[in-house]
Amino acid sequence: MISPEQVQTIIQERLANAEVKVVGDGQHFEAIIVSPDFAGKNKVKQHQMVYGVLQDELASETIHALSLKTFTPEAWQATGQTA
Amino acid sequence: MTPEVKARIESLLQENKIMVFMKGSKLMPQCGFSNNVVQILNTLGVPFETLDILADPEIRQGIKEYSNWPTIPQIYIDGEFVGGSDIAIELYQSGELQQMVEVAMAS
Repeated sequence: MISPEQVQTIIQERLANAEVKVVGDGQHFEAIIVSPDFAGKNKVKQHQMVYGVLQDELASETIHALSLKTFTPEAWQATGQTA
Repeated sequence: MTPEVKARIESLLQENKIMVFMKGSKLMPQCGFSNNVVQILNTLGVPFETLDILADPEIRQGIKEYSNWPTIPQIYIDGEFVGGSDIAIELYQSGELQQMVEVAMAS
C-alpha cells in the first residue's frame, strides 16, 4: 500500500515547480496541486499533466482512486486557502 | 486500440449528446466517482447514455487511449471529452456544466 506522503513525493519530484498536498487512506487519495505551469491550460490539460507523471502507478493500480484539484498560483490565492 | 474499438467509441459519441463511460450502471454505479457523475447529470435533469466499462474490457482500455485520460468515469458532451468526476463537480458548481449541457441539447 502506498501512503499519501509517497504519492505527494512522487508528484512533487516529477512535476517541477509544483506545490503538492496529498491526503488519503492508502486507497483513495486527494491531491491539491498548485503550479505556474498550469497557466493557460484548461482543467483537462492540467489534470492530464498530473496523470502523465503518474502513468505507471495508475496503470498498475498502485494508485487506484485519485481525486485532483489543480490551480495556478493566482487561482489558488483567489480561493483563500492555504496548503 | 483497434480500429473497431475506435469506431465503436465514435459511434457512441455520435449517437449520444451526453455519453458517460463509467463503472457499473446508472442505477447501480460500482464506484463513488462514477456515482458522482450520475448524480450530477440526474440533478441537471438531462438525458444521458452510459456504458459500463467493467462489462466491456475493450472499451475500458480503448477509451483511456481515446481521450488520453487514464481514469474512469469519463464524460463526453457533443463528442468532446469534458473530464472525469473532479472536473464534473467543478463545472457543476460553477454553473458551466449546465451551460454546456443546454448548448448540446439545443444543437
